[in-house]
Amino acid sequence: MSDVTVRVQKIRRNTVKTRLIIFTILAALLVIGSLFSSHLTPYDPYLQDLSIAKAPPSAAHLFGTDRYGRDMLSRVIVGSRASIYSTLLLVGIITAIGTAVGVFCGWKGGKIDVILMRISDMFLAFPGLVFAMAVAGVLGGGLQNAIIALAAISWPKYARIARSQTLAQKETVWMKAAKLSGSSTGKIIFKHILPNIIGPILVTSMLDIGTMMMELAALSFLGLGAKPPIAEWGSMMSDTRSLLSTCPWITLSPGLAIFVSVMIFNLLGDTIRDYADPKTRGR
Amino acid sequence: MDAVLKVENLTKVFSRKDQDDFTAVDDISFELMPGECLAIIGESGSGKTTAVNMITRLVDPTKGTIELDGEDITAVKGKNLRNVYKKMQMVFQTPADSFDPRCTLGDGISESLRNFGMSKKDARAEAVRLLERCGLGEEFADRYPHQVSGGQCQRAAIARALALKPKVLICDEATSALDVTIQKEVLDLLNELRSAQGDNLSILFICHDISLVQQFCDRVLVMYHGRIVEQGIPDEVIKNPQDPYTQRLIDSVL
Repeated sequence: MSDVTVRVQKIRRNTVKTRLIIFTILAALLVIGSLFSSHLTPYDPYLQDLSIAKAPPSAAHLFGTDRYGRDMLSRVIVGSRASIYSTLLLVGIITAIGTAVGVFCGWKGGKIDVILMRISDMFLAFPGLVFAMAVAGVLGGGLQNAIIALAAISWPKYARIARSQTLAQKETVWMKAAKLSGSSTGKIIFKHILPNIIGPILVTSMLDIGTMMMELAALSFLGLGAKPPIAEWGSMMSDTRSLLSTCPWITLSPGLAIFVSVMIFNLLGDTIRDYADPKTRGR
Repeated sequence: MDAVLKVENLTKVFSRKDQDDFTAVDDISFELMPGECLAIIGESGSGKTTAVNMITRLVDPTKGTIELDGEDITAVKGKNLRNVYKKMQMVFQTPADSFDPRCTLGDGISESLRNFGMSKKDARAEAVRLLERCGLGEEFADRYPHQVSGGQCQRAAIARALALKPKVLICDEATSALDVTIQKEVLDLLNELRSAQGDNLSILFICHDISLVQQFCDRVLVMYHGRIVEQGIPDEVIKNPQDPYTQRLIDSVL
């Protein structure tokens, strides 16, 4: 290999690594920032001051104020907690449950596989948000119940992916080799199957963060998720839809927050996939 | 001397939807003696691979018994089955696919050692030793399967198969995916291992190349449509084939 190719490869490898570092830091900043969000706000996010209601962005109020005169920047910062945490929790739950069910079905096969997969078909055939509304309606409002409701309808997608990937892995020659090495089922699943199937699942879940953020927001808008006056990006956007033409900053600032965080998580997902694959890591 | 591997009336029938059952392996029996190299030869679809998959218990047989080193392994399960693999190992046809792409060759080789209780450090040292024995340097222990050539990967696969010091080594078309010169190197390696181990290593050599079998094996079984149609010493089978299929096979080469 010539000197130049080695150097080019090194630079490319470093790009993946650099990207990974940048996006991990950004995502970590978002998560840590939202953890301490209540200490980071310039104003009290719940303090109403009708004298400055609907004020456009200015030096004092960078994102302007809403119809009750609450500082939008403070509300966006505080809202990160409800939005990011509940979304990450939700995505974590559905990824774990879906993957566990999928790997189990793919590995076991037989009747139990048929039964579980027909159940997941039922969930997939049902309009998701309607079902989530029904569940949240039965359980009552609140962010926690909204998470349970969305988790109940969202796991089948992951089960499907994990199952088909597990089936493909089961047929590989190295799976035979692993069995011949005397590895137990548990070791085969954790050492050979999960590392090989986690890439697409992880990317799906990273890309789902945005969708789930919006679905949580939709439930909040319907009064089944976060309850006012709790600041949550989705419900903040929904609540102020009517003001979009007159005071766009009120709707757009939480929108911008969603856009930025969804973007960061999507890019992080892509980068993790590139980095985790030894074949692309070296390229 | 008792056979190290004894296969009796081994049969595999695949039941298919809307079609007649398909008999992939039809009532085969044979014995593998200690230190012997036995070839199974036959065209694609003749049931060779299904037969070895049954012998290694990756597929359950429909009928028949498999006896390894005096022990009936036809129906062993779980931990007992895992112990069977201390005595029987396999080298696969496609070297690169036989290693998990996410594990290094060293990991793949030491996996079986780790499973049978060796510490991580010892297993690693043993893996390096095995690699060196198969003609690969220490640095290969840290390489991934896509970073080495087919021949190197097959050497590593042989190293892996030897890790548990098996009595029976099954080579399922182990040289078919390699080009001729590399084929020869791998065969030389197998030959060298055989002479070093003597009666402690028997090889079941699955192949479709009759000239390789002639060079390398003590005895040959010819399989056709799931049955053993002919067996004997390779030279005799080649000079004086009895079965029409064997005749065709030899004619097609010469």
